[in-house]
Amino acid sequence: MENHIQIRNLKVRIGSTEIIKNADINIPDGQVTAILGPSGCGKTTLLRSMNRFLDLTENSRVEGEVFLDGQNIYAPGVDVTEIRRRIGLLAQRPYSLPMSIYENVAYGLRIHRVNQSKNLKPIIRHYLELAGLWDEVKSRLSDPASALSIGQQQRLCLARGLALEPEVILADEPTSALDPISAQHIEGKLQELKEKYTIVLVTHTLRQARRLADHVVFMYLGEVVEQGPAREVFDNPQMERTKAYLQGSIG
Amino acid sequence: MKRMTRRHLEELIAQGLMFLSLALVAGSLGWILFTIIQRGAPALTWDMITKTPKGGFYMGKEGGVLNAILGSLYLALGGTVAALVFSLPISLGLNIYIPRKSRWALLVRSLLDVLWGIPSIVYGAFGFTLMLALGMRASLLAGIITLAFVELPIMVRAMDEVLRRMPRDLENASYAMGATRIETALRVVLPQMLPGLVTAVMLAFGRGIGDAASVLFTAGYTDRIPTSLMDPTASLPLAVFFQLSMPYPEVQKRAYAAALILTILVLLVSFLSRWISARLSRYSIK
Ligand SMILES: Nc1ncnc2c1ncn2[C@@H]1O[C@H](COP(=O)(O)OP(=O)(O)OP(=O)(O)O)[C@@H](O)[C@H]1O
Ligand SMILES: [Mg+2]
Repeated sequence: MENHIQIRNLKVRIGSTEIIKNADINIPDGQVTAILGPSGCGKTTLLRSMNRFLDLTENSRVEGEVFLDGQNIYAPGVDVTEIRRRIGLLAQRPYSLPMSIYENVAYGLRIHRVNQSKNLKPIIRHYLELAGLWDEVKSRLSDPASALSIGQQQRLCLARGLALEPEVILADEPTSALDPISAQHIEGKLQELKEKYTIVLVTHTLRQARRLADHVVFMYLGEVVEQGPAREVFDNPQMERTKAYLQGSIG
Repeated sequence: MKRMTRRHLEELIAQGLMFLSLALVAGSLGWILFTIIQRGAPALTWDMITKTPKGGFYMGKEGGVLNAILGSLYLALGGTVAALVFSLPISLGLNIYIPRKSRWALLVRSLLDVLWGIPSIVYGAFGFTLMLALGMRASLLAGIITLAFVELPIMVRAMDEVLRRMPRDLENASYAMGATRIETALRVVLPQMLPGLVTAVMLAFGRGIGDAASVLFTAGYTDRIPTSLMDPTASLPLAVFFQLSMPYPEVQKRAYAAALILTILVLLVSFLSRWISARLSRYSIK
């Protein structure tokens, strides 16, 4: 089994606080890796280190290496925009772009000049279908994206990200802001997508992690406490902290 | 029970203060407006807005202030466009390219705040010196350049305040897709913030069109309608000023009419900008 992303000696500092302390993590190819841990332990920060998003955080410093298909994304001269094209991000709250539904999906294609053809409609349709939104929006593609419900917007964000044909999808509590039905919808989509993509999922819902994850990384106070195949970590955790968290006594 | 009454009293006092301030301000503004309309409306003839001053206009004979109306529009539009060309990159730079809390940003903002406070006669004098150095005469162009300087600090700071309220997460949604800063600025931040930016432009335009001191030396005054950027140009504020200082009541009434025209122009532009804003915010993310 190959690792799609390998993190080596990763240290993240924001201002004077060390937020990730020496993390070594393997994210296996074509699987769902769940990142678990109590609030504030650094899950979002870890995720943001994987698409160079920490570049946007003032006063942040990153040491160590993050390999994507063997290439260190922190090496000098790396094209950050290309890294972010290859690694999609599904945020906790969906943020549609201030344009039409159609243009939201076309946005990535346009900026990366993926497809120069005049008629993007079949492509847009394809990705909206992939995200399970097509039927609901096909008659109003030119409406503002902000008119959609939160759950629909999250699927729009998924479609928009998929249109870039990424290899990896980072999902930071992608269902926590959604109603139960929409949450189920997104979760179902992730389940389907794991056939084709490597997915890194941060979640606070243990049941969701059990349903989706093939691989688990457990973090505590900025450190990786335990990682391994989901079944092993869930059924037979090695560390006391992991046990306590899984039993619900911390976090 | 005692707490409740105290809180009610607080609420009552707060409401009273708000109402009082509003009444005071609305009252004085209404009074000014009333004076302008009362004295200006009778003199606001069709001739006033369609004719240039004829011989003896300043003694109460026929003619109008078309020269000043067009002059003011040319000056203010020119100044606003020129200021816009610089304000947009500066305010985008302040909010997207340099860290928001950096020392540079603080310096630029303080500088603009100071520039905002400088009386416009100083800008006029500055423009005049610049003009002489360049060997220019008082002209539409010199007026436009000077007005651009007057409007720039207002426009940049107003845009800056608008752009500061750009939701970071929305910007990040664009970066997360691998967009560059300029792509994010032009395709996401601008469309999202356009309504606010239009208001900023409108504010600057309002200051520009109402300013007399800065165009006094730089644009000059003439009874003719300018036909090139190098012609001297009349303006409404100066039309008001000159006519008000004439000893003839007929001419003074015309000053009020000119002020009324200026007021109506600003009102029209304000409505226009509101309408544009409303249309542009169709796609904004709430
Ligand atoms: N921009 C920032 N500036 C300063 N500190 C930060 C910043 N971002 C995160 N932190 C700190 O880093 C630590 C980890 O934050 P992070 O958001 O990664 O946690 P998390 O595991 O995602 O938490 P949650 O489950 O609540 O989302 C927290 O203590 C937080 O206060
Ligand atoms: Mg988080």
